[in-house]
Amino acid sequence: MKKTVLVDGCRIPFQRSGTGYRNLMAYDLARIVLKSLLERNAIDPAAIDRIIMGSVIQEVKTTNVAREAALGAGYPLSVPAYTVTMACISSNAAITAGMDLIRTGQADIVVAGGVETMSDVPIRLRPKLRKKLVQSGRIKGIGDVLKIMKGLRPADLLPELPSITEFSTRQTMGQSCDILAAKFGVSRSEQDEYALRSHQLAAQAAQNGLFSHELVPALVEPDFKPVTSDNGVRGDSTMEKLSSLRPAFVKPHGTVTAGNSSFLTDGASATLIMSEEKCLELGLKPKAYLGQYTYVAQNPDEDLLLGPALAIPKVMDAAGLDPADIDVFELHEAFAGQVLAVLNALGSDSFAKDYLGKPAAFGAIPLDKMNTRGGSLSLGHPFGATGARLVTTAVNRLIDEDGEWGLVAACAAGGLGHAIVLKRHPEA
Amino acid sequence: MDTKTNYLRKEIEGGILFMILDQPGERMNVLGREMIPEMHTLLDGIEADPAIQAVVLISGKPDNFIAGADIKLFQSLDTPEAMEKFNREGNTLLDRIEAFPKPVIAAMHGTTMGGGMEVALACHYRIGTDHKDTRFALPEVKLGLLPGAGGTQRLPRLVGVPKALDIMLTGKNVYPRQALKMGLLDEMTHKYALRTAALNVAKKLATGWKPKRKIALMDRALTQTFLRGIALKKARETVEAKTLGNYPAPPKIIEAVEKAVTASRRDGREFETRAFTSLVFTPQSRALVNLFFAMTDSKKRLDKSLIGKAGTIGVLGAGLMGSGIADVSAGGGYRVLLKDRDLESAAKGYAGIWQELDKKRGKRIISPFERDRTSSLIHPTGDYRGFEKADLVIEAVFEDLDIKHKVLAEVEAVVPDHCIFASNTSSLPITDIAAGSKRPELVLGMHYFSPVQKMPLLEIIKTKKTTDRALHTAIEVGMKQGKTVIVVNDGPGFYTTRILAPFMNEAMLLLEEGAAIDEIDKAMKKLGFPVGPLVLMDEVGIDVAAHVAGVMGAKFKDRGVEGSKAAEKLSEAGYAGRKNDKGFYTYSGKGGKKKEVNQDVYSFFGGPKRRPVTPAIIQERLLMAMVNEALLCLQDEILLSPADGDLGAILGLGFPPFLGGPFRYIDREGASNIFTRLDKLEGQHGIRFKPAEILAFMAKKSGQFYG
Repeated sequence: MKKTVLVDGCRIPFQRSGTGYRNLMAYDLARIVLKSLLERNAIDPAAIDRIIMGSVIQEVKTTNVAREAALGAGYPLSVPAYTVTMACISSNAAITAGMDLIRTGQADIVVAGGVETMSDVPIRLRPKLRKKLVQSGRIKGIGDVLKIMKGLRPADLLPELPSITEFSTRQTMGQSCDILAAKFGVSRSEQDEYALRSHQLAAQAAQNGLFSHELVPALVEPDFKPVTSDNGVRGDSTMEKLSSLRPAFVKPHGTVTAGNSSFLTDGASATLIMSEEKCLELGLKPKAYLGQYTYVAQNPDEDLLLGPALAIPKVMDAAGLDPADIDVFELHEAFAGQVLAVLNALGSDSFAKDYLGKPAAFGAIPLDKMNTRGGSLSLGHPFGATGARLVTTAVNRLIDEDGEWGLVAACAAGGLGHAIVLKRHPEA
Repeated sequence: MDTKTNYLRKEIEGGILFMILDQPGERMNVLGREMIPEMHTLLDGIEADPAIQAVVLISGKPDNFIAGADIKLFQSLDTPEAMEKFNREGNTLLDRIEAFPKPVIAAMHGTTMGGGMEVALACHYRIGTDHKDTRFALPEVKLGLLPGAGGTQRLPRLVGVPKALDIMLTGKNVYPRQALKMGLLDEMTHKYALRTAALNVAKKLATGWKPKRKIALMDRALTQTFLRGIALKKARETVEAKTLGNYPAPPKIIEAVEKAVTASRRDGREFETRAFTSLVFTPQSRALVNLFFAMTDSKKRLDKSLIGKAGTIGVLGAGLMGSGIADVSAGGGYRVLLKDRDLESAAKGYAGIWQELDKKRGKRIISPFERDRTSSLIHPTGDYRGFEKADLVIEAVFEDLDIKHKVLAEVEAVVPDHCIFASNTSSLPITDIAAGSKRPELVLGMHYFSPVQKMPLLEIIKTKKTTDRALHTAIEVGMKQGKTVIVVNDGPGFYTTRILAPFMNEAMLLLEEGAAIDEIDKAMKKLGFPVGPLVLMDEVGIDVAAHVAGVMGAKFKDRGVEGSKAAEKLSEAGYAGRKNDKGFYTYSGKGGKKKEVNQDVYSFFGGPKRRPVTPAIIQERLLMAMVNEALLCLQDEILLSPADGDLGAILGLGFPPFLGGPFRYIDREGASNIFTRLDKLEGQHGIRFKPAEILAFMAKKSGQFYG
């Protein structure tokens, strides 16, 4: 199998939904990041074999947003592009799909990333009205209109807002997290403390310019004032403020609040991955090997967001690594309670026995190596774009912190989970 | 007739004869003399064959129906009698088509222009494809002519007087959707369905079916009622205001259109033939035809074997010039890195380009997606990241040699070894700029004119060291950007700026002598320049003009010519022209008020009291100053050919196109005539009018610059 390397990764600054990118479509966000990735790398765009973008909430006009965005970004017409969806790990799925193409010799250069906007989600009409409208194609005269309108109640005319609800269990993700946190003994104050840590680390990292390698400015039409930094980070947050918030999902005694959850975010990210030989042949500098990866799935009812606790031991076993070998951990932070539940599970013998069929716990993940530049709680979580951000940040940290091995893991709706091992390239 | 040279092929399908226009060995179908008898023969056969129900005219070329008449042929017909005879032969054929007993259908894909469109107008039914290559135009006016194959008669009757005048007076392109709407097309279809659609409609027409045609209500009123008098009067006024009587073709077009809707068909056609024949022999038309050929010929300069890679172009400076260059580069399909000192400045230039594209979107010329895709080719940036893959860098930074050297060093630190460095300076010698380069053989000048998107000229300047590969790569880029390219040797002001300098200087001296600002501008507009010299200076910027005058001053001093210091003084006093509303005119008049002469300026030219100077004197002094400098450029081998000199003056500086450019003008007036005039001016005003030696030489042997 060919070795796959990450050559570059970038993202546009993540913005709270309804702010910096409120007038843009996901297509626009993807277009900006794809264009930036192309311009900052000395590659012939016609040599790109595939463009794969992850995305969760689909705009009906651009269902294959990867293709539309690539065309809009001025990529050659001849480069195939497709969109993958796997909830919050969609761009991880994009990256691993690209890796598979490269490993099996079907591609040498792949652009993989993801995009999400929550500012302009498709708001649908009620099912009853939708059905009527589909029938309306057969309308011939005013009589038909009346016939079709018959039986519709005023409430049927109201729009239907999408919510982040699990289709199978009808639970909101916040409710699931509340369950998970309680199950793994995570307290409210632990969650608030973790959220505070995420915001403070992100603010520090931004201040120290640690995102300069991954952030590309977004020029937003029509005046093209550059958006250059993430706007969801609250470095000035305090425990006092966080602990004063009311539970958002399980009322009145739940532990998950708006303050210890990730917020609705717009953003896009992209990576340039290649076979190692192609990268070196082109005279480009690889940053890291993309190594073993895995996907896991479990019961979406009780363990919806527990995926990393299963994926991490599995991928580490496959790679033959111990927790102590890993220099850089990047975990997706859907909720503080979810992250802490995963950490507790990894440190628990009974979890190891019950879930992994192993005699002893995987071990603790040292916090000083994990998410040291903040995470989804503070930087934001544009569903489809987070995975490529995690990989890019992990690789940049490996280089900046002079480490060798990195590990990225994330949970996703549907009870899905993902983990991937990264190794710094000797040339980086 | 040798079948290999046949213009026409025929194919018969289901009782319909497809007459396929396919000129051998040419990319474009062009109407020539040989086609006429060939088509008559074919029509004879069709008329006699009862099995054939209808005829479809269709092209065998991939992207054109008929591109027009053979203009070279016009030049070879050297008497009005011969011209008229040819014209009548053509019209007889088209009249035969129009009156043909069986339906004749024009099925058009691609360029359909001039005589080609007139052929279509004579047919009984017109189908066009909706493809972006398909466009219709009657561009004869651009050659100082009118459509002479029935176009002035048939078009107004088909689409009405206002639309017909618009098409024929501007020569503009009409795109398929517009053509369908106005009735120029009866039907629109896609490229691959053209033949089938033509076949089906041909059969239908053969049964006696007639298409319903209706001119839009307003256009009909302006064509068929007394209101047309108003439309024609308005057109005459507009033409007079725009051409100042310098171009004879537009008034003839209006008259012909009037005849089309008021006189008998016979009279209308007679008028058209006579007007066409007389226009062909006007010096204005001759000059415009020569210009057309010069522009076409300039493309042949490119040696394709010498073109290097140019996929990515870096542009330094995102001001008006830089963003204009970025814009036309993206239009040519290049990826562009648009760099300014910071991202905000670069983004501002980018915003301007995007807004122009968005305006086109607003007018439905392009879709939002096409706007995105084109604008995505331009990447604004505040640093040199990405320049590792630049094949060509064009700098449009401040006109200062030290600054140029600084950016040159910065660029060379990041770009690949093959990268060409082009300076968009308007006056600094390229050799001086190249002196700061590690690779002087890859340094050249690419001098664009403002506004870049509109001005058709690119002046490329090569030094003694510039390689052929660098030069031809730059020529290729310029052509893809949609420019007509001239190549000149290096020297202060190269060609265009150098001949503009004495012209401007003369305007300054006239002001110093007491002439009025608006009188000078008016006289030069009347001569045929698009704007007067002082309006031009306001547009370019008095500060820029002063800088150029400074650079050029040294050159002229060598010849013993002392230039006016007025521009420098004005610039020092804070006059920058239009950009700071402080120039020879003021522009801040409320409610769209026209610009007015800035009386304050006269304090730099001896006070507000002006004395009358006749337009003839103004015109003679400015024109001769420019013509003589052009001669010196040829003599000094700045210019490689008189043709480049004419193209550069007309397309870059607005030298009256109907005069043909400085060298055509000399040929037309005679070298000894020009010599005498310059000699006289030298006697009156001193050495600056000393006729160039090359002119004296030409005058002596009564030679012509164009042999």
